[in-house]
Amino acid sequence: MAKIVAGIGSSHVPSIGRAYDQQKQTDPAWQPLFDGYEPVKRWLAEEVKADVVILVYNDHGTEFFLDRYPSFALGVADSYRVADEGYGRRPLPDFPGAPEFSEHLANSLVADEFDLTLCQEMDLDHGFLTAMPLLWSHDDDSWPVQVVPLLVNVIQHPMPSGRRCYKLGQALRRAIESFPEDLRVAVVGTGGLSHQLNGERFGFINEDWDRQWLQDIRQQPEVLADLSHKEVMTAAGAEGGEVIMWLVMRGALSPQVREVHQFYYAPMTTGIGLLALEDDAG
Amino acid sequence: MSDNQDRWGIPGTYVFDLRLSRRGYAINKMCHSLRLAENRDLYLADEEAYMARFGLDDEQKQAVRERDWLRLTQLGGNLFFFLKLGATLGHGLYPIGAQMRGESYEDFMKTRNVPGAT
Repeated sequence: MAKIVAGIGSSHVPSIGRAYDQQKQTDPAWQPLFDGYEPVKRWLAEEVKADVVILVYNDHGTEFFLDRYPSFALGVADSYRVADEGYGRRPLPDFPGAPEFSEHLANSLVADEFDLTLCQEMDLDHGFLTAMPLLWSHDDDSWPVQVVPLLVNVIQHPMPSGRRCYKLGQALRRAIESFPEDLRVAVVGTGGLSHQLNGERFGFINEDWDRQWLQDIRQQPEVLADLSHKEVMTAAGAEGGEVIMWLVMRGALSPQVREVHQFYYAPMTTGIGLLALEDDAG
Repeated sequence: MSDNQDRWGIPGTYVFDLRLSRRGYAINKMCHSLRLAENRDLYLADEEAYMARFGLDDEQKQAVRERDWLRLTQLGGNLFFFLKLGATLGHGLYPIGAQMRGESYEDFMKTRNVPGAT
């Protein structure tokens, strides 16, 4: 039986990818960020040893267009390409999929009333890419894990509610645990934390709100699931509304969870949060 | 207050709802096309022809010509899409943001915790 072995919340900021590609790991402005991820990367490699990663993310006008925008979309492909977001493709290896596991997830989630768009081709932009090399080591052409991308519309309102995302996470857990093979599964929810990238309010961040979020997502996710989009966007910036993707990850974990690691850094225009959780066996 | 801010009640913010998305569809469709390198070349070769091909209206074309990112936002441009136009033109996120705030890039950077992390 497949098992959830880690739940990770992580921001996805394009400048992190640039810093990674330009090898700024020891640059004074970037070192705190890379050092902050290191304990989680080590924990994932040495203890968690996941076989497959379900990563919840959003596309940024790269692969999905507004002509027909899915509320939720699941990758069911053999592999996924690194997208060109306008600057050329990042020098990262393409990702191996887990098509049989994806197929099982699709069957289970749709039967469980989550009518996902299923994607047999899906190039991945920074929404997906940012966290991966910070959490898993790769070489020039391979990753140590297979991936299943799970997209949420957090671009165009009406967006799914936080409650709906949390319930999707709960359904995802049922789907994972009904997969007959022994598979170790990590679920990563990306996005946030506070940031605003449009209008005169560009650059707005709310560090107090972010730190509270990192605490509440562990202790009282149901409270966060009941926040309206307007409440979240007012407190955390318009683009901060994407934090609902963390609720998919949290919904997939047990009600009680243990915090393995937490990190927060707000250098520029986004509150960058990292949270590593695992089911509390007790 | 724009009608978007009347709808959502968040000052200085243009929530990308379906109404704004419909308003800006031509802009965003054009910007989405710039994910392909060959389209970026076509754009740079003839901006007017490229805008015409995607059916931008006169206000939207003027906002693009003036690189007026706030106006483009008000006309339905979504930042995640028009960053591809920015990438094509060599305008980065932070200068675009500073302009939307009505500040110089230098003044905007003074408001950041770690301005070296760009």
